[in-house]
Amino acid sequence: MKNTRSRLRNRSLFGQFHPPTFLIFLTLFFLCGGIMIVSVGLGEMKIPPLQAGLALLGMGNPSDEVIIYTLRLPRLLMALLVGASLAASGAILQGVMRNPLSSPDIIGITGGASVVTIFFIAFLPQVATSWLPIASFVGGSITALLIYSLAWKKGASPLRILLIGVGLNAAANGLTTLLLILSPLYSANEAMVWLTGSVYSSSWNSVLTFLPWALSLLALSYFFSRHLNAQQMGDEIATGIGQSVQWYRLITILVSIGLASSAVAFSGPIAFVGLMAPHIARMITGPSFGRLLPIASLIGALIVMCADLIARTAFSPLDLPAGLFTAVLGAPFLIFLLYRSGSKT
Amino acid sequence: MKPILTTDQLTLSYGATPIIANLDLVIPKGKITTLVGANGCGKSTLLRALARLLKPRSGAVLLNGKDIAKQSTRKTAHQMAILPQGPVAPEGLTVYQLTKQGRYPYQTWLSQWSVEDEKQVEWALQMTGMLPFKDRPVDSLSGGQRQRAWIAMTLAQDTDTLLLDEPTTYLDLTHQIEVLDLLYDLNEQEGRTIVMVLHDLNLASRYAHEIIAIKKGQIYNQGCPEDIVNEQLVQDVFHLDCKVIPDPLFGTPMCIPHGKGRHIQRQSFAAIGG
Repeated sequence: MKNTRSRLRNRSLFGQFHPPTFLIFLTLFFLCGGIMIVSVGLGEMKIPPLQAGLALLGMGNPSDEVIIYTLRLPRLLMALLVGASLAASGAILQGVMRNPLSSPDIIGITGGASVVTIFFIAFLPQVATSWLPIASFVGGSITALLIYSLAWKKGASPLRILLIGVGLNAAANGLTTLLLILSPLYSANEAMVWLTGSVYSSSWNSVLTFLPWALSLLALSYFFSRHLNAQQMGDEIATGIGQSVQWYRLITILVSIGLASSAVAFSGPIAFVGLMAPHIARMITGPSFGRLLPIASLIGALIVMCADLIARTAFSPLDLPAGLFTAVLGAPFLIFLLYRSGSKT
Repeated sequence: MKPILTTDQLTLSYGATPIIANLDLVIPKGKITTLVGANGCGKSTLLRALARLLKPRSGAVLLNGKDIAKQSTRKTAHQMAILPQGPVAPEGLTVYQLTKQGRYPYQTWLSQWSVEDEKQVEWALQMTGMLPFKDRPVDSLSGGQRQRAWIAMTLAQDTDTLLLDEPTTYLDLTHQIEVLDLLYDLNEQEGRTIVMVLHDLNLASRYAHEIIAIKKGQIYNQGCPEDIVNEQLVQDVFHLDCKVIPDPLFGTPMCIPHGKGRHIQRQSFAAIGG
């Protein structure tokens, strides 16, 4: 029965190739590309798609290139990275917690990041804005640490993590409101904009700072997919098939927290993407992580890019935060999808 | 009798009071062993400890002579598969994807999926008759099919030993027999050791080579069903007054409880019929 020799041969690095999923992946990938070309062309200075495409490739007219490269492209790339990170973070949490309602905004990661960032915006305005991402990342990580240590009781059960996270989130929201009330008027407005979540102030600098984090964490989460698959079977089955359950729970949650708090660090808490994108993706791919993660990331990227496009152009010259639209457009869309699919979740 | 799974002075508890204290247990290799006992007697707790789902407060569980607490859970998964009570699959997971999970202990960072994995999964689906359903979501299946899908997962794990906690609960009689027949075949054809908790003493007597009757966290008696299942055992272990007769089809012990119910007189029954 046991044939070790053939086990050593014929191994593939990437699990099983699944053509339909790959097709969906390609479709979404080109959709992202399409949105990008449209998006870099729209704004106060309109650039037709063809010209925009050429400019993106460095073959367009120089004034287009300036607008696209210095203003619109970094913002767009930031939207893409933030969306992909939040979506992957949510997908991981929903799997590990075995709860379709988990997402980084619900268990307090983004809430904790917000408290610290608002504190800096409101009371230490002399600190350079380039420090805000670090402050926010630290805030998210502290919250995560608190959740984990409070939930630990001979191991951390998903339900305890979730409940303690919800509690801490409420506390964080209260603190944030308190800080807003106490803060001077001129900074309260800036803080409100940050709290809605926006990729408004993205520069190449911030994109390049975020890029290695986002890419490495996304890659890591993909390489963890079979462990995530085991996690979402529940503790007993996961133990039975030989997983060190607590260890992989800790690692995968850390990856998820890293993705969420680094995204929040650069964009503020863009609402709902972490909850919604994995749900939409799961309707397409099912719950298996090897397929779910790439698709969810692309959907998250699409959502934030579209939301920012609308936020930037619909009320021009007003430039609104993207977080406004992910929630306002995203929530009804998710409800519509759930209603149509007759899903139980 | 060659043992495969033994316990050494095993003490188990959920809180302060021990449920099982200083238990020495021997489970024979290549046989079907069934744990029976009243509700709350500790049989499921014992099975959970054998499956390493519950850490012993003291003592040890030995698999092939080695303490399972001291070897990696992955290595244990190569030798022993478990099916807990009432497992729930993530929504939308297909039978094939579920069965694939059984290959988890054989996968590594560099080799995620092999021809061997594929062959084992095929075989497990074939054996459980789930091949025609392999692309169906587990949550869309009937209770019996769902249980077979879970068994397929444990079979894909390719272990010599299989532990199951009440594999027939919530199943109707047809599906109970179907699942037990499958386990019987696995033992008969492949020589796999099967250890399970069953509620139905009659089915346990029919399928098991060895019955372990548990009473208040201790072994009341252990042995071949025809040797140990009698009126006294049922009275002591289940507090039930009954008559034990040979099963008319299989000759294995069959327990008929006393108690209340309608009494039909043979003669009058015949008279009505005639």
